Amino acid sequence: MAKGDPGVSTRSRRAAPRSRKGAAGDPDLVQLLTPEGERIESVTGPDGTVYRVDFTDEEYRGLYRDLVLVRKLDAEATALQRQGELGLWASLLGQEAAQVGSGRALRTQDMVFPTYREHGVLYCRGIDPIMPLGLFRGVDQGGWDPNEFKFNMYTIVIGAQTLHATGYAMGVAMDGKTGGDEGEAVIAYFGDGATSQGDVNEAFVWASVFNAPLVFFCQNNQYAISEPLERQTRVPLYRRADGFGFPGVRVDGNDVLATYAVTHTALDNARHGQGPSLIEAYTYRMGAHTTSDDPTRYRIASEVEAWQAKDPIARVKAFLEKQQIADADFFAEVDEQAKRESVHLRERVLAMPNPDPNTLFDHVYPHGSPLLDEQREQFSRYLESFEGSAH
Amino acid sequence: MATETLTIGKALNTGLRRALENDPKVVIMGEDVGKLGGVFRITDGLQKDFGDQRVIDTPLAESGIIGTAIGLAIRGYRPVCEIQFDGFVYPAYDQIVSQVAKMHYRSRGKLRIPMVIRIPFGGGIGAVEHHSESPEAYFSHTAGLKVVSCANPQDAYVMIQQAIASDDPIIFLEPKRRYWEKGPVELDAPLADAYPLHASRVVRPGTDVTLLAYGPMVRTCLDAASAAAEDGRELEVIDLRTISPLDLGVAYESVRRTGRAVVVHEAPSNVGLGAEIAARITEECFYSLESPVLRVTGFDTPYPAARVEEEYLPDLDRVLDAVDRTFGW
Repeated sequence: MAKGDPGVSTRSRRAAPRSRKGAAGDPDLVQLLTPEGERIESVTGPDGTVYRVDFTDEEYRGLYRDLVLVRKLDAEATALQRQGELGLWASLLGQEAAQVGSGRALRTQDMVFPTYREHGVLYCRGIDPIMPLGLFRGVDQGGWDPNEFKFNMYTIVIGAQTLHATGYAMGVAMDGKTGGDEGEAVIAYFGDGATSQGDVNEAFVWASVFNAPLVFFCQNNQYAISEPLERQTRVPLYRRADGFGFPGVRVDGNDVLATYAVTHTALDNARHGQGPSLIEAYTYRMGAHTTSDDPTRYRIASEVEAWQAKDPIARVKAFLEKQQIADADFFAEVDEQAKRESVHLRERVLAMPNPDPNTLFDHVYPHGSPLLDEQREQFSRYLESFEGSAH
Repeated sequence: MATETLTIGKALNTGLRRALENDPKVVIMGEDVGKLGGVFRITDGLQKDFGDQRVIDTPLAESGIIGTAIGLAIRGYRPVCEIQFDGFVYPAYDQIVSQVAKMHYRSRGKLRIPMVIRIPFGGGIGAVEHHSESPEAYFSHTAGLKVVSCANPQDAYVMIQQAIASDDPIIFLEPKRRYWEKGPVELDAPLADAYPLHASRVVRPGTDVTLLAYGPMVRTCLDAASAAAEDGRELEVIDLRTISPLDLGVAYESVRRTGRAVVVHEAPSNVGLGAEIAARITEECFYSLESPVLRVTGFDTPYPAARVEEEYLPDLDRVLDAVDRTFGW
């Protein structure tokens, strides 16, 4: 997926789509696929940038497949938590398009700094979805090499990773890896709540003054646990970028096509040395903040229903059907694959062993510590003292 | 072998220069470290010689300094961050404690953050508030960080290079009131042959009482030992050098001989390094002790106004008073 430059490939069969500035009801919202599944040919953003995509039929079907798989795997993880197999799960339900659209816009050389909810981006990077589940099962705390996967470990402290992304992007520029089509770009994910964090604002300053090749990708899912957007900001979040001196754009985060187009443009600008930008993906967290949360305490059912009507997957399905890009067999096959992969995921989660207690002393320091050596040895002897006893 | 007389400040500057020469991945970053050379001139001349991509003047935000340095480290750089004063490190505390310290552990050893965070620390320079603090206990309490402090020009020159070469994240505490003290520095001795970074050292032998200190208080203890010698009492002074992890083997050996120990630091006593050191000496040397391990420290107050800091800071007389008290049991 995501091969080539959108706008170059030729399209066929589609009924003549419209072009317009922004979306109905929000002139600044970039939208290329309406909730009803109608295509919009192109949208001109507030700064005059023209956003469009032109995928092949196979690519459209690929996006649909991603969305369905990501949702199914997420639902499986929620179920695993409910059954006591995961300690916690942060569901992405409702945010599939924001993650698949931006994730598929990434190129191999690009680097991702996620929060703890970017399971969909991780999937689109071609990474085995089992990778972050050790963290949520409690058998590790990530445990992967960010450089191997071009995907940093999940970061739970809100907004902290935006600074890491900025520093990494400064390193990209210092390495001379920007300025051409093969340049490297960096993307930092965060949420609406994080925009209140000092670290995020510091990251904006740093990225701006160092012209870092970075895309700030804010999934505005309307809630920071229980607190609505109004508690974080009095201006639309994408307009925060103005004050820091780089472009900001608001995209329909439930529209996988628009999210792809906007992210692709921003990443290309970054890789060509044109500096950072902010994307506000306007979306909605359909589920709880995490499995520990009860959203019925702070939001009303009618609001959730209104967003249900903007579902990111339903609109792609409607589009594929209307344009006869996919048939019933295809949808059934995708559902079957999703089921198969989620069963496979479940089996592997259940098979994850608890770590050996002695390993809790490992990797505190690259060069070790005599203090830890002593404690490890004492603890080991303590454990051995139980051998042969009834305990 | 070239031996020069340098101040601690100049020795640090020369050590940083060596590190920049020896490894192109080393970058220095902080507030005013470029043209100005830092408010204490520790990075003087480095940006001029290595450019503004190696010696980076950052925006004025400490969390940003450490957070972006983490990203640079993930990218393969070896950042040396300057925090301008001890009391300004707290905005970066979350990035240091939650991110720098834990990355290696969380990645199960796959990621290294070879970062040095230089902090001029301690009082005695007549400064306004927030410029004289001793925050070492906060960092020593955090697994994943190592904490060291130099006390003389030779150590300053060598230890800063060792810290930069280490893959461990290291809080490097510089005794700011001693920046201008001079001493001989061997400039050409190979780093590989140097005294280890995480090792304590006897800096004055003695037989009667063991004094333990690090950073700025090593000089105070040496002065106290000289004064005590005039009264016929021989104090052994140990420069701990490594604060976390502590290296107390030398101290145990000493206390088994002297039977008495006094720990000296500027930081307040409550839940400080002195408490940890006293507990460990008590566990290891219980049957050798002639008196409890005593502490001479700053008081459990905020760091006071400059005109009373002489009363707050441990000095020669308070150290000798504690030495006397160890003979009262």
